[in-house]
Amino acid sequence: MDHASLASTFNKDEPRVDWHDESLWWVRQKRDLQARSVADWEVLREVASAIKNNVLANLGTYLQAFESHAIKRGIVVHWAADAGEHNAIIHRILEENRITAMVKSKSMLTEECGLNAYLADRGIHVVDSDLGERILQLADERPSHIVMPAIHKKKEEIGELFHEFLGTPKGESDPQRLTEAARLHLREVFLTRKAALTGVNFAIAETGEFVVCTNEGNADMGAHLSDVHIASMGIEKLIPQREHLGVFLRLLARSGTGQPITTYSSHFSGPRQGQQMHIVIVDNGRSTQLGRADFKASLKCIRCGACMNTCPVYRRSGGYSYRTTVAGPIGSILAPNLDMRDYADLPFASTLCGSCTNVCPVKIDIHEQLYKWRQVLAKEGHVAHSKSLLMKGAAAVLSRPSWYQVSGKLLRWFLRHFPKIASKFTKWSDHRELPEAPKQTFAGWYKQNRVERNG
Amino acid sequence: MMTVGLFIPCYMDQLYPNAAIATLELLEGLSLDVVYPLHQTCCGQPLANSGFSHLTQGCNALFIENFSRFDYVVCPSGSCALHIKEHLSSLNQQEDATALASRVYELVEFLTDVIKIQALDASFPHKVSLHHSCHSLRGLYLAQMSELSSPTFSKPNDLLNMVDGLELVKLERSDECCGFGGTFCVFEEAVSAKMGKDRVDDHVVSGSEYITSSDMSCLMHMEGILKRNHSATKVIHIAEILNSKSAPNIEPKG
Amino acid sequence: MDSKRKILDAIARHKHPPVPLPDLDRLGFISGDQVAAFTATLTAIGGRSFQLGGKMAIAEKVRELWGGRGRVITTLDYLADVGEQVFPGDIIPQRLHDVELAIIEARYAVAENGAVWIPEVLMGHRIVPFICQHLAVVVPIGAILPTMHDAYRLIGSEQYGFACFIAGPSKTADIEQALVLGAHGPRTMTVFILVETT
Repeated sequence: MDHASLASTFNKDEPRVDWHDESLWWVRQKRDLQARSVADWEVLREVASAIKNNVLANLGTYLQAFESHAIKRGIVVHWAADAGEHNAIIHRILEENRITAMVKSKSMLTEECGLNAYLADRGIHVVDSDLGERILQLADERPSHIVMPAIHKKKEEIGELFHEFLGTPKGESDPQRLTEAARLHLREVFLTRKAALTGVNFAIAETGEFVVCTNEGNADMGAHLSDVHIASMGIEKLIPQREHLGVFLRLLARSGTGQPITTYSSHFSGPRQGQQMHIVIVDNGRSTQLGRADFKASLKCIRCGACMNTCPVYRRSGGYSYRTTVAGPIGSILAPNLDMRDYADLPFASTLCGSCTNVCPVKIDIHEQLYKWRQVLAKEGHVAHSKSLLMKGAAAVLSRPSWYQVSGKLLRWFLRHFPKIASKFTKWSDHRELPEAPKQTFAGWYKQNRVERNG
Repeated sequence: MMTVGLFIPCYMDQLYPNAAIATLELLEGLSLDVVYPLHQTCCGQPLANSGFSHLTQGCNALFIENFSRFDYVVCPSGSCALHIKEHLSSLNQQEDATALASRVYELVEFLTDVIKIQALDASFPHKVSLHHSCHSLRGLYLAQMSELSSPTFSKPNDLLNMVDGLELVKLERSDECCGFGGTFCVFEEAVSAKMGKDRVDDHVVSGSEYITSSDMSCLMHMEGILKRNHSATKVIHIAEILNSKSAPNIEPKG
Repeated sequence: MDSKRKILDAIARHKHPPVPLPDLDRLGFISGDQVAAFTATLTAIGGRSFQLGGKMAIAEKVRELWGGRGRVITTLDYLADVGEQVFPGDIIPQRLHDVELAIIEARYAVAENGAVWIPEVLMGHRIVPFICQHLAVVVPIGAILPTMHDAYRLIGSEQYGFACFIAGPSKTADIEQALVLGAHGPRTMTVFILVETT
């Protein structure tokens, strides 16, 4: 199913669409308030963008610097060319330590790699500790949003799940009480797990440290109580120097959730006494994207989710309509890199309104890349044949004034005389009336009233 | 005298001639030498936005042929004007194409930035709400964008405030997309219609009698929804308001 | 070919024009009452603060707020009377599961976002500020800085195994965007702004 069909299904329940739209619009409004509270907000975005451009131009150098500093700090660094290798590395680390249960904080990269399923198949029990992700794990669903994974779920549905799995009273749907139940349940998990996996928000080339941002404190509860801490990061998470964190930590939460900063910005710079700390650096298609001049800027993304919150299409189609780990506008420019055929519909799931580009804290030209992907996809033959024929026909007509005039005349005549039939021909009319066709075009009027009158 | 080539988008020529006539009359009223070249068709945007920019050479060649001779090209559609500005190309005369593209103006920005109009002889005693087309707003910067931390301004509001009797009403979401999106409106029909419905609701709830815009395509989409729901609210191109000479009983199309 | 080589080679295949790093000196440096700004921001994100004159006043305040309310630990010697003093190296993290209140010191506080900077050396153990039910942090009034840029300028190249900016109590909004304080970490966060009287 493509985006349009999945979105159409999502829209069958209009009150739910309204609820989804308003939940995310609320976050967008909080973001606006935060952005306006920072005097140099637009300068900050400019600076962040420049830093990330510098990173993309020096990625190899920074990765090597990061690795050597991390090793000096006692961190074990692994390199994974693709998802399979990433999963295998993590499995091996756990096996070597005879660990069969792990707690994990939010990491979209591990979602992208399908780590949970891979480990489950090998007898390793993984518990997601981010509340949203834990909810989805119990529901056997995937995140529909990278920052608010369970934004599509209603509290009553979560109450049902918690009743079934965590023993909360039937009918309990109060967020406070449900959160408390999850807290108690996960505290037990944190205290008994020997391994913890976290994501990485920023990795610093200059120092070899990495920063993990959470509001719940789950990454820290996992990591500091574990004997083995594994952090998974994409190669694009690098930033050059520690002081650059000042820029990104000012932007990340303000853009993403409308908070001045996440509750915890944890800087990991080496294992505790007696602890192992591993970093898995993952490519999985990123270096290919780096080679696409028009699209490499998508790798500047810091995964704040602002483009999803502001996207009028995402808000009304839901995260699942994108079928990707990263949904929304940014997901639509990342996904075709991995598989053009499967995700050829995504760059078209946009009106090109440009709001995504305006909220992006690192100034990725998201809507322009959507436009450019469309050109690539059409050229590579990933656009439906019928659409392609339609476009060729339109091009022929629009290139010849006389053909255009005749076609226009026929179209208007048809619209005027057979509006009911015309409306059956196009999906336009499912929810809209067709425009009324006038007898005379502007060109016709002009000839009559200006050209002929003036001789 | 300054020569102005009038570029009327294909769908306006065919379906909304009144908005085009209003544009022409408005420009003529400014003592400009305005000409509508008869062999024009389309800016090519429907092709390009669908991924087929490689099929737009015909449209580009026609545009260059029709408009190269003018000091300015004015177009009453932000979307089409933006497309030409950003994408007008030519295989053998790219310099000319680039120069021409830089002389293309959407109507509102032409009035405020080139003519620097200070007053209008127009009257429109109605409650009006402004729909920002995304391309006029985020492409041509006709007004401050809600996402950016920047000073407030609005070129279309400046013009509408010069109209006698007109009352501008405010929206909940000042610049959200209406969901037209070119071919998006049929290929993503469900989301497009829902976006349009939500946008229209915002205007209707504000008490607006007329939704106006510098883009007729957004208005066509919203008009379709208003009519399907038998709403009393109408759409009207901004040129028709600005050109509504103190005529007491103007009955615009819509 | 090993994966490291493979990835680095793939990256090296693409040549990019050099992009200079931007100058960060033009960022930050906000003037005004930073203590008031910090207090306001901290309150807005669910924390609270008290401006107190001297270390004894802090001990007094702790007694007033938490007297007799379960296990209290602290890294600060001047609070040894109100809580159990913990020392780095002695701590087995799981054994802190029942800590009601932890009182530690932060090095800096940031007015624009209500965060405090705590390097590992001030934590006792990395788990301390996360595992406790309530967290209290002492910050010298002179250590309140306007922005994150000012904080990182002072942090400089400080060495630590772990360090953290903490801004308010642990929180989540994962259930229908309803804000709940006390997700996995502390349910409350209190900052004692220390005004040295001597």
